[in-house]
Amino acid sequence: MDDSKRYERLLERYRNGDVSRRGFFGLLGMAGIATGVVGGSLTLAGRQAMAQAAANPISVRFDGWGGVTSEAFRKYAFNPYEKATGNKVVEGTFASGDEFLTRVKAGQEGEYNVFHASGVFDYARYVGLGYGVELNEKNIPNLALVMPALMKPYREVTNGTLSAAPYDYGTTGIAYNRDHVSDEEVKEMGAKILWSEKYKNKIGGWNDWRTRIWYAALATGQDPNNIQDMDAVWESLRDHRKNLLKYWTSGAELMSLLASGEIYLTEAWSGRVAALQQQGHNIGYHDPKNGFAWQECLMVLKGSPMEATEQLVNFMLEPEVAIAVAEGQNYPPSLDPTKVDLGAKVPKLPAYDATGQLADLTFAKPEYWNSNEQEWSKMFGRIEKGY
Amino acid sequence: MSSLAETKARPWLLLSPALGTLSFLLLAPLCFIVVYSFWLRTATGADTGGFHLDNWAEFFSDVFYHDILFYTVRIALMTTVICAVVGYIPAYFIANTRMKNKGLLLMLLMLPFWISYIIRTLSWINILGTSGAVNALLQWAGLTGEPLQLLYNEATVILGLVHYLLPFMILNVYVSLVGIDGNLVSAARTLGATPFGAFLKVTLPLSLPGLAAGSLLCFVLGAGTYITPLILGGPTNAMFANLIFEAIIIQLNWPLGAALSIVLLVVLGTVVTVYGRLMGLNQLSKSFG
Repeated sequence: MDDSKRYERLLERYRNGDVSRRGFFGLLGMAGIATGVVGGSLTLAGRQAMAQAAANPISVRFDGWGGVTSEAFRKYAFNPYEKATGNKVVEGTFASGDEFLTRVKAGQEGEYNVFHASGVFDYARYVGLGYGVELNEKNIPNLALVMPALMKPYREVTNGTLSAAPYDYGTTGIAYNRDHVSDEEVKEMGAKILWSEKYKNKIGGWNDWRTRIWYAALATGQDPNNIQDMDAVWESLRDHRKNLLKYWTSGAELMSLLASGEIYLTEAWSGRVAALQQQGHNIGYHDPKNGFAWQECLMVLKGSPMEATEQLVNFMLEPEVAIAVAEGQNYPPSLDPTKVDLGAKVPKLPAYDATGQLADLTFAKPEYWNSNEQEWSKMFGRIEKGY
Repeated sequence: MSSLAETKARPWLLLSPALGTLSFLLLAPLCFIVVYSFWLRTATGADTGGFHLDNWAEFFSDVFYHDILFYTVRIALMTTVICAVVGYIPAYFIANTRMKNKGLLLMLLMLPFWISYIIRTLSWINILGTSGAVNALLQWAGLTGEPLQLLYNEATVILGLVHYLLPFMILNVYVSLVGIDGNLVSAARTLGATPFGAFLKVTLPLSLPGLAAGSLLCFVLGAGTYITPLILGGPTNAMFANLIFEAIIIQLNWPLGAALSIVLLVVLGTVVTVYGRLMGLNQLSKSFG
């Protein structure tokens, strides 16, 4: 029996309820160890394949957002995948999609393989620059378990094909220190609370131009996907800066600023706030009307070892893996809740949508935001520095 | 080849591997940057080759870049002055101490370099943050009821830069001070100068080359940093290197980033050239051993 069949049989047993999730991961690990130690029980072809894999293990590079997100990937996805296949997952991290795009642009084709892309707008940019691939969906059968609502926007960008598998979704809402800011006040004021002079020098903000402009659109009463008065947005961002202590630049910095009490208010990623809450910090979270929703995907880049990469993507979409990662990183998985039982914890995560339609979440329209990216990112860069 | 010609050529032959490597690693990227500065960034993020002056026109016509450049020069100057004043005293002490373990003092000076510059900069958050050591002490002593907002402003940027650059200043001044002939100070004292007078009229003027070399290093390194304002600065404390970082990393505008890089290189290169003409660059090499 080769590795794949062994793994598929184990998976089938798990799905039939014969093996618990913990047992499933344990057996996966044991299978990997046994493969290495008891090589004699394998078929000749299997031994040859394993010997080849041991001599030339395929490395797949994965770049993610670091922190609790990467920890969840390593623990629940990469370690079991490595044990099951003999392939290696080499990890890297980045602070923003823009920063990672710079690295891809400066690197060689094939240097970067899979990354945790945020938003369809990023997907469109990478594809537009020629970094996309066409995934062979037959090699990723678990795509059938993914919400069609999450796959549709990607297919629209790449003429019906996919260069990525949707993986999770979340929101960028308002995080607040409940020792100093009440739930009622945040709900009543919505996005405008981030402009409140009452909290001068206790407000933080991500230095991401999209998020800043999105929230400024909300604060000026405009549709973030169809802003009519950009002057009002720029002026609003200047006002926001006056009360701001710091533009934070990474998830780790966001968590540190909130946890230390350095800031009381900021917009923040839902999963990071959930992580802070689980650590015992009295941090509240509120998604204002038309708050910034986003969907993340596992985007495969041109030049990647496709077979191993598609195998990794499929592995990561296994419900037990995707759910474990979701619980670890606190973002709901892309799996369709009408097809897959997501367990007890996922439905309690911020932004979770039980219908699988995601109709209540507002996502950034990629063509709208990408067409304004050059001008707006530059303008925000100036406002950020006091102009 | 005559023996005289051979003698003249030998140092160059011996130096050629190092010179070749340096030229390749320094000049080749510089050439790329210069060429890039004349390219253009398209709306999709791709670059268009050619000879376009748009990036240069933008820099020269836009006061935004000038303001940030002046701000950068101002912060670097302030940092340099503080380093000179604060750094002279320990350098003087180490140079003149009769302690047996003078080497230990010098090693202590080098100790910060064993820790990453970023970690050292981040350490100020634990010291000056609202739940940091200083605020905890002030509140414990009853001097303040609420934590003071000490971080994320111009003062903390300068503090972080001084923390980073002070050893460079001390080392340069120290090297200059230990090179002064002690008999000159003794002679001044014999001729009636007070200790402070001897210092002002003999030691200080003779240590000026070291002070100038340290100042040059502090200024150049300070003006080129972007980590310190990023970690310890507030919304309006960005320096010129932050603009370069943003143009290249965030806006994916490599051509503009290349043009801005050249601007910073020219400004700092001019400072080094002026220093070289006035003081000579040999003092710098002394401090590196």
